[in-house]
Amino acid sequence: MEHRQLKKIDFEPLQLKQSEAEKIVGESTSYWKDAWRRFRKNKLAFLGIVIILLLGIMAIIGGPISGQNYYENRLLEANQPPSAEHWFGTDNLGRDVFARTWYGAQISLFIGLMAALIDLVIGVIWGAVAGFFGGKVDEILMRIADVLYGVPYLLVVILLLVVLPQNLWTLIIAMTITGWINMARIVRGQVIQLRSEEFVMASRSLGASNGRLLVRHLIPNTLGPILVTLTLTIPSAIFTESFLSFLGIGVQAPLASWGTMSSDALPALQYYPNQLFFPAVFICITMLAFNVVGDGMRDALDPNER
Amino acid sequence: MVKYLLKRIGYIILSLFLIVTVTFILMKAAPGGPFASERALTPAIEAQMNEAYGFNDPIHEQYFTYLINAFTFDFGPSFKYVGQEVTEIIGRSFPYSLILGLEAIFIAISFGVLLGVLAAVQHNKFGDYMAMVIAVLGISVPSFIMAAVLQYIFAIYLQVLPIARFESFAHTILPAIALATTPLAFIARLMRSSMIDVLNRDYIKTAKSKGLSERVVTYKHALRNAILPVVSYLGPLVVTILTGSFVIEKIFGIPGLGSEFVVSVTNRDYTVIMGTTVFFSVLLLFSILIVDLLYGLIDPRIKVTSKEGDK
Amino acid sequence: MSKLLEVKNLSVSFDTYGAEVKAVRDVSFQLNKKETLAIVGESGSGKSVTAQSVMRLVPTPPGKFVGGEIRYNEENLLQKTEKQMESIRGKEISMIFQDPMTSLNPTMTIGKQIAEGLIKHQNMSKKEAHLRGIQLLKLVGIPTPEVRIKQYPHQYSGGMRQRAMIAIALSCNPKILIADEPTTALDVTIQAQILELMRQIQEETGTAIILITHDLGVVANTASRVAVMYGGKIVETGTVDEIFYEPKHPYTWGLLGSMPKLDTEQEELQVIPGSPPDLAEPPKGCPFVARCPYAMNVCSDYMPAYTSVSSTHEAACWLIDARAPKVDIPESAIVEGKDIYVI
Repeated sequence: MEHRQLKKIDFEPLQLKQSEAEKIVGESTSYWKDAWRRFRKNKLAFLGIVIILLLGIMAIIGGPISGQNYYENRLLEANQPPSAEHWFGTDNLGRDVFARTWYGAQISLFIGLMAALIDLVIGVIWGAVAGFFGGKVDEILMRIADVLYGVPYLLVVILLLVVLPQNLWTLIIAMTITGWINMARIVRGQVIQLRSEEFVMASRSLGASNGRLLVRHLIPNTLGPILVTLTLTIPSAIFTESFLSFLGIGVQAPLASWGTMSSDALPALQYYPNQLFFPAVFICITMLAFNVVGDGMRDALDPNER
Repeated sequence: MVKYLLKRIGYIILSLFLIVTVTFILMKAAPGGPFASERALTPAIEAQMNEAYGFNDPIHEQYFTYLINAFTFDFGPSFKYVGQEVTEIIGRSFPYSLILGLEAIFIAISFGVLLGVLAAVQHNKFGDYMAMVIAVLGISVPSFIMAAVLQYIFAIYLQVLPIARFESFAHTILPAIALATTPLAFIARLMRSSMIDVLNRDYIKTAKSKGLSERVVTYKHALRNAILPVVSYLGPLVVTILTGSFVIEKIFGIPGLGSEFVVSVTNRDYTVIMGTTVFFSVLLLFSILIVDLLYGLIDPRIKVTSKEGDK
Repeated sequence: MSKLLEVKNLSVSFDTYGAEVKAVRDVSFQLNKKETLAIVGESGSGKSVTAQSVMRLVPTPPGKFVGGEIRYNEENLLQKTEKQMESIRGKEISMIFQDPMTSLNPTMTIGKQIAEGLIKHQNMSKKEAHLRGIQLLKLVGIPTPEVRIKQYPHQYSGGMRQRAMIAIALSCNPKILIADEPTTALDVTIQAQILELMRQIQEETGTAIILITHDLGVVANTASRVAVMYGGKIVETGTVDEIFYEPKHPYTWGLLGSMPKLDTEQEELQVIPGSPPDLAEPPKGCPFVARCPYAMNVCSDYMPAYTSVSSTHEAACWLIDARAPKVDIPESAIVEGKDIYVI
């Protein structure tokens, strides 16, 4: 091996070994910081967030800026192509498609968010209680969840919509009646796994109450999977809403939704494809954005991926 | 094996009993009698019809009659289509749905598995990204939008396939594809992650270390193990296809069970609703049973037979 | 002594998260006919990657062969096509892995898994392969092989699975058997049985073995020569006696010190403080410098050259240099004959 002439000093004991040894260990970052760093790297998921924000803003200001309303029928102006006055054209009753699209966005996003939130609350409480107390409580709670889970979701929702008076809240309630089970299962699994871990034991031995344990330790630690499930619940709720509305048993006229708009546009597909184009594109973009963000979050928050 | 089957069928009967009871309660709780809408009936006629349908009996008697009828699969006549038995309606419409459903399941599984395997083999390469873009799109495009897009492209614009109805095989292509899109995308993602996982397992290394070719390793060793999650997805798949048929049959004007169900819901045709719901439930519970049996065939670790290998 | 396999200046890297992890750096060793070479090191030392490189089982990407050659039968295995490698794997060189629980395909019978290699390399019919499979299972000590051959891995115990793995690996009479931590996942009593089996088979068939392990205790009774790896490099090679009784490298001392011994009064095992170097940015000098209690200024800047101690023994350490202060082997690393941990 070729190197410079070695001197006596080269064979003296090496100093500063401690700091050298320290340096070896990689930079340690917190779980959330690390997750955020990985999420930011995912350009697609980031784009998804931007799209969701834009959709949210447009849902609020879209109607007003067009100067049109979503419900007024003007049969003389029916089935117009996009123009300066009606940016997305008009539908078979002469209603402004642009205004209806953004009003529909309000409804879809509202239902999606509400359904996801209700799922979240019921699911987290149910799962946390079942997982935390274990034993009989767990057995009973999860058996109930299993029975409900066995019944096809959309079938239940449809049957409930037959029975309950039809309005927006009924739709949300029908959608959440079995929707929370997934969340409950995930939370329960996480809680059971965490329950046996040392820091929980430590808090317990220090005299922390059960309620305090749930709120301070378990829930923050299960936040990752909960967030992912929440994000992925929203597109499925939006899908269910548009599906039911498309069938005519969801959102009722005069309210507009992307599902009803698609359904209304379908018979005239051959002549006025633009009427289907706008609601269809926005349903797809919204679902795509939420799915991409949810996937991105799962990749970022799943420690096994590291 | 027989014992296992009997046990499973016992559970199925229990679940069915629950479903039948809940449907009964729901239908009883429904606002307005079955004859409330549409035709204006004189009070005398309505009373007579209520009598004829047994609605004046005490509720528990109605329930028992209903239970017995449900288990002999007799839901009585439709409220809306005079002179038609619920069983007749189901018998007439189900074959359409069955053909369509089987076609869709076939498409979803074969293309989904193919796409997933291709993506996994090409992991982190162009093919993988393409397959996953297709899969995310497939999950994000609702089936009814897919149906409309397919109709527009192939029936209206290109005019190569019929736009609606169910008269020949060609008629079934578009609805089957529309119905299959979402589960196909889902299976592709499932298959991809499962396959990537399996390809990193030690036994794949063992297989390679025997000098087996890439192809044999992938298809003989990896595929069979990787397909297990897809097999357990078959139950939910049947549900997705079934509920998807509600909207697809409506769009394509197919007189199947899905569209009958939707029509009965909008018409509040209670006997038909109950009949189809129970029928759907039977269908689902038995397909889940079949899936479980199939799983036992593929994965030797799960033996449905009671005979255990000696230790 | 005739050379069967020669690894020359092998370097293997992995691309991960933008960093290039240099898992194996400039590793050279040779394997002679009918001998057992042990490659010893802690996890992350590059020993498994070295072993898998010989079989070309390192997944590329993310792995890549940066340089060097692996010579077998006067041919460089690194230059062979995948197709050519297929006729070497399993036939000329075969491998068994650490965890017998996961290294057998759970959805295929043991018989089929043995037969595959036979059908591929020896053109046997299914029936012949089945009969040979029964013989092999008998050879590795599995009782009632006629029944066992039709069973699935989950019906086998851990030790039996490893025996079945050995049967698979030996099915085509390979010249070289690479055993990657073959006993690590097993109970101590089973470990001894498996090692005994390997030794016995070597006597009968003359297969050369490369034994990868982190456990010097396993080495003592099994291997004829030892290569000690650290931080992606071989730091010392020698015969078993040389490594155990005249170790030259402080890392080898550390390993010997951390090995349980039979009759010393010392209660606690010695540990080597610190953790192995980050191979994404390996130190430019000796890889052990950060943990070496005898490190000198020169160690952090220059990789010591391999210095021959005897014709079979060499080590890469600056302490061997004449200019270095004289250091005695620490007491904990002194092994006496009867000390060797026999399992």
